[in-house]
Amino acid sequence: MALIKFLKPQNQLETGGRSAAPVQQDAGEPEKTCPNCHRQTPLSRLWGNDLVCACGYHFRMKARQRIRMIADPGSFAELFPSLRSDNPLNFPGYRDKIETVQAASGEEEAVLCGTARIGGQPCCLFVMEPYFMMGSMGGATGEKITALFETASERRLPVVGFAVSGGARMQEGLLSLMQMAKTSAAVKAHSDRGLFYAAVLTDPTTGGVTASFAMEADVILAEPGATVGFAGARVIEQTTRKTLPKGFQTAEFLLDHGFLDGIAARREQKALLTDLLKLYTGGFGHESNAI
Amino acid sequence: MNQTPYDRVKLARSSGRPTGLDYIRHIFQGFIELHGDRRFADDPAIVGGVARLDGQPVTVLAMEKGHTARERARRNFGAPHPEGYRKALRLMKQAEKFGRPVICFVDTSGAYCGTGAEERGQGQAIAENLMELSTLCVPIISILIGEGGSGGALALAVADRVWMLQNAVYSVISPEGCASILWKDPGRAADAADSLKLTAEDARSLGVIERILPEEDLGKPAFFDRIRRLLTEELSRLSADPDLVGKRYDRFRRIRS
Repeated sequence: MALIKFLKPQNQLETGGRSAAPVQQDAGEPEKTCPNCHRQTPLSRLWGNDLVCACGYHFRMKARQRIRMIADPGSFAELFPSLRSDNPLNFPGYRDKIETVQAASGEEEAVLCGTARIGGQPCCLFVMEPYFMMGSMGGATGEKITALFETASERRLPVVGFAVSGGARMQEGLLSLMQMAKTSAAVKAHSDRGLFYAAVLTDPTTGGVTASFAMEADVILAEPGATVGFAGARVIEQTTRKTLPKGFQTAEFLLDHGFLDGIAARREQKALLTDLLKLYTGGFGHESNAI
Repeated sequence: MNQTPYDRVKLARSSGRPTGLDYIRHIFQGFIELHGDRRFADDPAIVGGVARLDGQPVTVLAMEKGHTARERARRNFGAPHPEGYRKALRLMKQAEKFGRPVICFVDTSGAYCGTGAEERGQGQAIAENLMELSTLCVPIISILIGEGGSGGALALAVADRVWMLQNAVYSVISPEGCASILWKDPGRAADAADSLKLTAEDARSLGVIERILPEEDLGKPAFFDRIRRLLTEELSRLSADPDLVGKRYDRFRRIRS
């Protein structure tokens, strides 16, 4: 299957590998240390490489940067930008937490939604924000994703989504939990109209997001090495009192167990999504091809 | 009643309460258990089958914790594996095929957190249920009888009506889990239980459930008779509704923060 070629990142720094000489850098330029190979790479170089280390490690990426990477320049039109979480349960400390996170991330919520073009293909796009409470799903998060699928249903557009999440947001209690059902119903309604949904799961995708819209796409991809699972590894260790097997809950583990269609490194994602959008919206009898 | 929310959590968990199978035995007639997910295994934590409710054929699903220590271990303490959710979905799709309403009894601390459960797609199994239940063309009523533990409970609670026993709890995370993540102190579970708004009254005021079922005569014939009557009445209303699926969509759609 063609997707297999995406297993290994083919970026320009790849050739060196772990044993390569340290990267030359200008004095004083900020650098980032790779948690996988411990190599230090100047930030500017990482940015030029979609935040992927020479060893193939995918660093966490802000939602807006990801949109720049994946959407055609100037094509992203944000939807529902002002939707944000209140503190519906008056959960202690939550309002302060939200304000701190909003200030630090520059975002109102844990997901960005909009319409966009990817390789010329129109779609609805959602990208979750790892720098906003690790993409945790609260009421506004679920509202935005639901509204995006509804917009896509109305406009007969496919949906492309990038997931990253620690799960449902505790501070909104049951209201967060209900977002799992709400988003799932919107995904189903979109799907029942014969429309396409592709999800890319990034590090980490867990809990209530895994158990709802992340796992409900027609095609589910993940970034190399991304943690994808339902329960947290620590919780599983405590529950089973066993050490977890190596590579447990990685994208590669899920691929082996039949829960992913493929693994796509960042460099390959745009071309692959473009191809998929063309293939899945160009079927015989599909409305856009009707005479 | 000066019970704190954490008292309710302890009550909801207590082993003296009727379990899923007790409800099945006392509310329905002629229950025939149907096993297996046709994929991998039969999960004893979820019991499913067909029965009659006042003469009407229904599909019944119940999370079962068991009463005795031995039974509780066999039922994995009511923590379902993906196979349980897949069995439930199989039987619910069958209910749809044969035009039977579905009644679910929910009682779990959560979907099981284990290696095998992850390997076989716990998240995917729950997600698929949430998706499929949203458009199932027959009435669904879910009753939370004890613990409503997060996504593992919700996977059987995407319904037209969700009811809770007076001392049942429904929460996105256990109070202990919440306290240890937020405050690094599982000892503050009682504080977390306060903040999470997980009691039946809270769930009703948040618009998450429609009805609280009083616990007078809990486990006695009068108690089950009352629930049987409520179910029969509600099912006849729901069965006459031509826009069941549309209203189910709206039921969850309006919940935001």
